[in-house]
Amino acid sequence: MSSDLLNAEPRVVAVGASLFAEALGHQAVPVTRVDWRPPPPGTEQALARIAGDPRRESANATAVGRLLAVAPHLVDVRPASEALGLDPGEFLHAGPPLTWDRASGPMRGALIGAALLEGLADTPEDAERRLAAGDGVTLEPCHHRSAVGPMAGVLSSSMWVFEIADTAEGGGAAYCSLNEGLGKVLRYGAYGPEVIERLRWMSAVLGPLLQATVRRHGPTDLKALVSQALHMGDEGHNRNRAGTSLFLRELAADLAAVDGPTAELVEVLRFIAGNDHFFLNLVMPAAKLAADAARGVPGSTMVVAMARNGTDFGVQISGTGDRWFTAPAGVPDGLYLGSYGPDDANPDIGDSTITETTGIGGFAMAAAPAIVRFVGGQVGDALAATQSMYDITLAEHPAYQVPILGFRGTPTGIDVTKVVRTGILPVVNTGIAGKVAGTGQVGAGLVSPPAEVFADAVHALADATPLLVNVETFPS
Amino acid sequence: MTVIVEVRRGAYHDSVSLMQASRAVAAADGVDAALVAMATELNLELLDGMGFDRPDDVGPNDLLVAVRASDEDAAARAHQVLENALTELGAGHGSGGAAAGDLASGPAPRTVSAAARQAPATLALVSVPGPHAYVEAMDALEAGLSVMVFSDNVLVEQEVALKDEGRRRDLLVMGPDCGTAIVGGVGLGFSNAVRPGPVGVIAASGTGAQQLSCLLDAAGVGVSHVLGVGGRDLSAAVGGRSTMQALDLLDGDPATELIVLVSKPPEKTVADEVRGYAATLRTPVQFALLGRGQPDLTAAAQGAVSALNGSWDEPRWWPAPQQRSGDYRVLRGLFAGGTLCDEAMVIAAEVLGPVMSNIPLEPEWALGDDLRASGHLMIDFGDDRLTQGRPHPMIDQSQRIERMLEEATGSRSPVVLLDVVLGHGAHADPAAELAPALTEAHRLAVESGRELAAVVSLCGAADDPQGLERQAMALAAAGASVHLSNAAAARKALELLADEAKVRDE
Repeated sequence: MSSDLLNAEPRVVAVGASLFAEALGHQAVPVTRVDWRPPPPGTEQALARIAGDPRRESANATAVGRLLAVAPHLVDVRPASEALGLDPGEFLHAGPPLTWDRASGPMRGALIGAALLEGLADTPEDAERRLAAGDGVTLEPCHHRSAVGPMAGVLSSSMWVFEIADTAEGGGAAYCSLNEGLGKVLRYGAYGPEVIERLRWMSAVLGPLLQATVRRHGPTDLKALVSQALHMGDEGHNRNRAGTSLFLRELAADLAAVDGPTAELVEVLRFIAGNDHFFLNLVMPAAKLAADAARGVPGSTMVVAMARNGTDFGVQISGTGDRWFTAPAGVPDGLYLGSYGPDDANPDIGDSTITETTGIGGFAMAAAPAIVRFVGGQVGDALAATQSMYDITLAEHPAYQVPILGFRGTPTGIDVTKVVRTGILPVVNTGIAGKVAGTGQVGAGLVSPPAEVFADAVHALADATPLLVNVETFPS
Repeated sequence: MTVIVEVRRGAYHDSVSLMQASRAVAAADGVDAALVAMATELNLELLDGMGFDRPDDVGPNDLLVAVRASDEDAAARAHQVLENALTELGAGHGSGGAAAGDLASGPAPRTVSAAARQAPATLALVSVPGPHAYVEAMDALEAGLSVMVFSDNVLVEQEVALKDEGRRRDLLVMGPDCGTAIVGGVGLGFSNAVRPGPVGVIAASGTGAQQLSCLLDAAGVGVSHVLGVGGRDLSAAVGGRSTMQALDLLDGDPATELIVLVSKPPEKTVADEVRGYAATLRTPVQFALLGRGQPDLTAAAQGAVSALNGSWDEPRWWPAPQQRSGDYRVLRGLFAGGTLCDEAMVIAAEVLGPVMSNIPLEPEWALGDDLRASGHLMIDFGDDRLTQGRPHPMIDQSQRIERMLEEATGSRSPVVLLDVVLGHGAHADPAAELAPALTEAHRLAVESGRELAAVVSLCGAADDPQGLERQAMALAAAGASVHLSNAAAARKALELLADEAKVRDE
């Protein structure tokens, strides 16, 4: 209240000329200095127009409130044909919309593998020809079908998916494939016989047994598992070791109790236990369910999707509906496996940035100091990464907390105007795919989204903002 | 000759700091020309104008360094000066690369709201360039902070929107273009270390508020608060939005016994509304309106002191060390404070008739871009158009010194009238630069067969960090008479002009 202004001991936030902050310092007044820098030229008017939008503050409160309120539960495991109504020629992929001619190596490899899996072609060459010709195949983003997919994110009808829903709210659901493990896997664009064989086993054995297990167990509270995993050194994107262990522990008794050959149950247990990333494919749809709840709030400047297809990086904003803002995806900066190097890396790929969109992944790096050795860097970098994300987000997640930051909630709900104002780009942890189809994973690291997608989104938001102040008629 | 043009990408510093760094580099031995500035379009034009080659592909987040020096040694010295200046700027201000996280607070906040989250605050002080000020000020209001907007060049619609938002949230918006405030004893922007007391000041003029509060201080009367409202608040477009809120605040403040409103004469409808509203308050309100036909600020201070039953003596002055009886013919006012310049012009024009200026009283008295005229003139060096790409004259005296030395050798003997503003935010020791310049100006005048008289209007309080007494003594020792009252300084300058009738005709 302004009456406090005269009565309270003055404490000042200073932004701009350092001279005035110094003058306050000389008067022994507590001053917090803003490390301000100008936004990109040409965005000033758009930022001002949005700043003056009377809907913005409550729209953002609504959007982030909806995101935080979602309680995602694993409710079922089903074939994609059934859960998503996918026909054999329909392929979903990661990131914003894409055509075959613009698809990168790993994306093409994954699509070839999926075509082989679905029996649309007998050889990779045949598959490639059909995909290139669009012969009986269609491509569509996972995001357009309430789904998300890691890396290439290719989902086809015979693959099984996790179904995530908010049991309290009812309504929508979100879907994601089952994680294949590391090494030569479809999501990194590998399509050799061992890849196809594993996928067939996942559809024949893993999927049905998990279905029986999940149905026997009843809904599993994923928000609870993710928040425990953050206390155990995961960040939910590139490190899911704790989450996978917690998940396995949660379901183990029911898995043991389902009706199936012991040898197959052992295989399933061994498969999950041998893949630290198994839980990623549960975190992602949980995040997707939360982010989707925040879509379509007029006036909201909150990001509801960040996704990459190996060619483009795209974002969607709550206040601009389903429109994608895209720009060429960057190449991640990180550590490489074996003799691979940056020249082998594909541009950024995957829907797994849905984790950062909802306050985990790179945004929760401080919870996962162990990861800095994987992505290259120091523990201080992990702390700084999370701390700087508070400058571009709307809320602190009440359930997802970072112990080393005094159990502070993770920075959640990216405000695109703050990204543009500060020049701070969302921190993204990611795996790195080889750029040649069939190579698989070559490394892991950090990647910066292209700044222009956020600036483009700000311009579109400004265009959608009612003009309160007619700048044009004011004589300067 | 060695020429260096460097680009340091992503190394952002504010323009005031860089102008100081730029000046330090330019002053290094053997340096011909230097520019240290962010690569904005304006600064790139400046670079062209200085004859440097423009680097490719630079933007406003990139730091430009351009130096032309006599040889490589001089260039190396210039570099060292620059590094020292930039290191100093870096200290206590987390700019540049991503520093490792500080466990307690993390990296320096990049927005007002982020800073407010990091440490509780009551007020934001915004001095970013005008086109960005609205967004930061709105951010401050959303974070629950009252805000002082020092920045100018903010659209009037944005000012209205900010003030409406402030009222909706019960927060005060001071500015835009608010140079001075004192809140709870803390000086913000350019302000003086005046004593606490019963007078609440509402000011649409920064230096006007400084002059008034300093004169009250000298008379032993303190201020409760000085609430700036911005130069446009009482215009028809803004309608006194902040003034009304400030009146409410001060009326509810138990420490305030008298409110004084300092402003240029407002729009008639706004004036009526403000006067009508003021009449309904419990606290008496005096109007100190600036301009022709109005009492000067010294008279306003006297009015306030007598309203509080205080005793009023003429504000203190320090006479020049020598009798000044030269045949002075022309008045040259060189000002840092716009309101002080304006007040001096009003007083002078009554006696002299036309006084040419860059902020003229009459349209036909406007100075051209060269700021030259044969007759009496007064220049406000703090005017927006003259501070583009240069530090404000309250921080840097060099532009005024240069002009004063030029006046010393002009065709007619001048009376030079200068204001010197002390207090928080102002130059740490203006007399240290101005006193030698005054001595030099007297010497040059004598050398060229002329005479020069200097009169200083010293706006300061006894407790100002620069030391009021010390500044006054140093300036007087350099040959000037020094006056705490700006109006008295202007009258002294008129008195010194040899023959009023004669100078009027010339």
